[in-house]
Amino acid sequence: MSEAGIAERAAHNGHAREEAGRPGFAARVLGELSRQLQSRIPTADLDERDPDYIRDTLPRLWLLSSLYFRGEVRGLGNIPEEGGVLLVGNHSGGNLTPDTTVFTLAFSAYFGVERAFYQLAHNLVLSMPGLGFLRRYGTVAASPENARKALESGAALLVYPGGDHEVHRPSWHRHRVDFDGRKGFIRLALQHDVPIVPVVSVGGQETALFLSQGKGIARGLGLDRALRLKVLPISLALPWGLNVGDFMGHLPLPAKITVEALPPIHLREEFGERPDLDEVYDYVTGVMQETLDGLAAERRFPVLG
Amino acid sequence: MRVSAPIEIAAPPEAVWEWVSDPTKALHFFSGVTRWEVVGEPAMGLGARYRMLLRVGSAEVGGLIEVIEFSENRDLAWTSVLGLDQRGRWRLRRRPGGRTHVELRLSYGVAGAGIFGWIAERVGAPTVRGHLQRTVRQLKRQVEQEQTRRRAAARRQARAGAA
Repeated sequence: MSEAGIAERAAHNGHAREEAGRPGFAARVLGELSRQLQSRIPTADLDERDPDYIRDTLPRLWLLSSLYFRGEVRGLGNIPEEGGVLLVGNHSGGNLTPDTTVFTLAFSAYFGVERAFYQLAHNLVLSMPGLGFLRRYGTVAASPENARKALESGAALLVYPGGDHEVHRPSWHRHRVDFDGRKGFIRLALQHDVPIVPVVSVGGQETALFLSQGKGIARGLGLDRALRLKVLPISLALPWGLNVGDFMGHLPLPAKITVEALPPIHLREEFGERPDLDEVYDYVTGVMQETLDGLAAERRFPVLG
Repeated sequence: MRVSAPIEIAAPPEAVWEWVSDPTKALHFFSGVTRWEVVGEPAMGLGARYRMLLRVGSAEVGGLIEVIEFSENRDLAWTSVLGLDQRGRWRLRRRPGGRTHVELRLSYGVAGAGIFGWIAERVGAPTVRGHLQRTVRQLKRQVEQEQTRRRAAARRQARAGAA
């Protein structure tokens, strides 16, 4: 694909093209890798969501969720029955995130596959070989443009503000909500005047032994500039043993996943016409942390739940 | 996949029908059902639509259903409009001594889901069967207790009239 084509595609996905202009061999390799990955990122079209495909594949999701992860989802009645809503979740489980699987199944079964439901994901996830089916579930590249399109269409949009930072946090921080101070989701909710529904999950960080986010290594290798990767996670995971980067995914341990959707937060009604972002951030992460503490207290053993 | 649960209730079909045909009573005896909501008009009878959800495994499955047979004191059948493919039926048959034979039937599945759909139907069957069995037992208890209350009220009234 030509440079112009890549840039056009990246722009279509809502991303400006990353500048990887570092001198030297390593920079050229990273630059090329970046171009290859950008070219693999599928055009993020909301129309790619396919309700019939989701319906046909719900039984396998149900089997995976019910038998392997013993998934339990509570509080779906808290999600408004119609209209745009921003579902804000804490994220766990490395590059394979069982909490999303369990929640997507529960949401689709509860509201029906006809209700538009999108999830924002890191570019790298969408460009990974074999994960193209995610687009048919409504997964689109995480960008303000895609979020805007989804919410303006009146859909439910699931975002994970903690993203790659939170999903690779060490396993001993598994009962910690950690958005790394990212407040973009609050601006998004205000901009489109949609309620925020916090979605709290527990268990995902027990699907492997996550050791380090590897932020220093990622910075040192320039991955943050070349691939928008701020982490180079290190974990002990099946079947690799020592797993650096988690680029190929891993076989998750069958940890019990529990998810709870909380009552909606109407920002302007609760925090005034011009809410203070820090106050809202503290409130949202606070109620999520309280819920996570409660869910964690219910667990008697790691993995088994 | 088809599952069913029969039971004998010590009450006439009219008394059982009051319970199975009234959507506001569904949550009082339907095991595993987390929602049974009237959608539009009519609220009951032929063509009535309900949004129902049944907890099976890690999901609440169901969807929009419509009543397609409403034969008073005998049969009430529904089919799915949206969501999980399903056909359900309450079958009431009069028995001597003021009793009623009741059977709750449910056929369900996901058309087009292939081998995983076939497996999921069978894996979920014990849970669904368990819900149906608990449902008819709870219906029996509710209807028979209601009968007992009515008989007691009638006795009180008769005694008050005699006095």
